[in-house]
Amino acid sequence: MSNSLAIETQNLGRIYKLRGSKKETRKELVALQDVNLTVQRGELFGLLGPNGAGKTTLIKVLTTLLSPTSGWARVAGADVHAEPNLVRPRINMVSGGESSGYGLLTVKENLWMFSQFYGAPSKEANERIEALLEMVGMKDRMHTKSSDLSTGLRQKMNIVRGFLTDPEVLFLDEPTLGLDVGASRDVRKFIIEWLKADKERTLLLTTHYMVEADELCDRVAIINKGKVLACDTPSALKQRLQKDVTFEIETSPLNGLTPQMMEEQPEVKKAALTDIEGGARWKLSLVDESALARVFNLFAQKDVKVMNLNKRQPTLEDVFVDLVGRSMAEEESNERSQ
Amino acid sequence: MQTSTSWRSFRMAAWLGWLIESNWTDPFLFAVYSIVKPLSGAAILVIMYGIITQGNYDSALFPYIYLGNAFYIYVGAVMTGVSWAVVDDREHYKTLKYMYIAPIYIPVYLLGRGVARFITGSIAVFITIAAGVLFLKVPLHFADINWILFIVTLILGVVMLALLGLLLAGITLTVARHEGFIGEATAGVLYIFSGAVFPLDVLPAWIRPIGYFMPTTYWLELLRRSLVGNVAQAFPTLANFTNMEILGILLGLSIFFGVISVQVFRYCDGIARERGLIDHTTNY
Ligand SMILES: Nc1ncnc2c1ncn2[C@@H]1O[C@H](COP(=O)(O)OP(=O)(O)OP(=O)(O)O)[C@@H](O)[C@H]1O
Ligand SMILES: [Mg+2]
Repeated sequence: MSNSLAIETQNLGRIYKLRGSKKETRKELVALQDVNLTVQRGELFGLLGPNGAGKTTLIKVLTTLLSPTSGWARVAGADVHAEPNLVRPRINMVSGGESSGYGLLTVKENLWMFSQFYGAPSKEANERIEALLEMVGMKDRMHTKSSDLSTGLRQKMNIVRGFLTDPEVLFLDEPTLGLDVGASRDVRKFIIEWLKADKERTLLLTTHYMVEADELCDRVAIINKGKVLACDTPSALKQRLQKDVTFEIETSPLNGLTPQMMEEQPEVKKAALTDIEGGARWKLSLVDESALARVFNLFAQKDVKVMNLNKRQPTLEDVFVDLVGRSMAEEESNERSQ
Repeated sequence: MQTSTSWRSFRMAAWLGWLIESNWTDPFLFAVYSIVKPLSGAAILVIMYGIITQGNYDSALFPYIYLGNAFYIYVGAVMTGVSWAVVDDREHYKTLKYMYIAPIYIPVYLLGRGVARFITGSIAVFITIAAGVLFLKVPLHFADINWILFIVTLILGVVMLALLGLLLAGITLTVARHEGFIGEATAGVLYIFSGAVFPLDVLPAWIRPIGYFMPTTYWLELLRRSLVGNVAQAFPTLANFTNMEILGILLGLSIFFGVISVQVFRYCDGIARERGLIDHTTNY
């Protein structure tokens, strides 16, 4: 393929028409708005956003399941709306948190069937199935009817189905949702290995686990209420906030020391205080690290002892708060109450 | 490439459909479903016929009804076999979206899913007719059967029913609720208007055109004629037409409905993508 872009969207928008009861006037819900993204071949791209942000909607559009209402998108070089038949052989998709599959077929039969729909030679497919099941630690369950699998194992089977057809672009919608810590780790490891094995492979995943996005992804788009708020590498996103240095300091009781007194120090930009057992926890934003000396000086003057000191690295969570003005959890509870 | 795409869509769908249909975890239930159910249906009909005609089983009406009812099993089986796959994959197995994004032809896939029901339907049809011949003196004589007409008609009819199933599948795709009823309802309506168990002449004149427009009417007529010859011609509805004429009409109507079905399916498919219904589950 001459086109080096795996995914490209231009002013992509999606509006759902909500049909309530007859009396209700029809409402419209903007699920995606002016989404402009480009994903290079070989990238592991993350969509990070709270519930209802539009992540699944975007994946549905990109996998030809849903028509956009405005703009366009190309995947593996073809238009998802106009040329779905060119897109489909090159992609695959897995949604987490649901148990799909034919319960009366065994794990192997389920997977074999899908490989056949993609036109893979039967023998090769069987070898691949065994190898992949081995990698996710499910080889012993190969001949189990999939209805007899636990939800987590079914999800693993489903993930294997996604990788089985060796797509150029793979879409994983919340792949670790509902998996326990160990299984999530397995899946993440597997994702990384799969990408490493071939530089042309592209993977787009959605998640609302900040750490997952941070750990895994080459680049992350933060999406909220249908809009892409920022799109960059995790470290670049965090660097935006890194102008200040933040320390968390736990001290003994304050002996009259107040945040105001702390903020009067020229290099202390902000001082926040919470009470903890036997003392206080400070959150200090400093112009740079050298300002720490002044802080310690002040503590010494008031005979306040430092118990614990932490330099706080900004997380994607902080980036989200910076962009949206609220934490992701707040955004989600707000979404639910609507 | 295109033939191989069609072929693998069809072949694997038929394989899957057969495994689902023949999921004989309970062979007893399967026997009830595929043998006892059609036989008891036929028995009810025979008893009702006996009461109404006061036991006149020698009338030409008897084989008319008996065969019409027996072959009608195909209508429900094949049509809903195709359209039910949409409900099954979308609601129960949650795999419809994965089928959709696979490089297969969805209409061909759905047709393939209907094959299993065609096979179990065939068993039911055969058993019903065999019971009729053995125990109820349905006048079926092997030597008199027009096998060529029978086979051609049967194949044409099954293809026609499968395409009608595709039409229902399309509608099912766009309907998020009560989708299960669509196949049953259509089969029920066709039962009345296709002269399955009574000649169309019984219906009021203004309703009959519906029956004349249904390919199933001509299909059932031809099947009866191929099996019991002139017994079927004892009824005025289509008596003026020769076998070839009826076959021509059946072919014409099948093509007509086939084209409509494919178009409706495409249209509905587009709507389903526009509204995001392909992975829509009703959670009932
Ligand atoms: N078929 C639909 N009809 C109407 N509205 C829909 C439909 N699907 C999604 N929505 C709405 O569109 C918005 C975006 O939903 P989407 O499923 O894309 O969010 P998400 O980011 O995947 O959320 P989550 O983290 O919960 O999976 C939500 O407000 C949702 O209610
Ligand atoms: Mg989602």
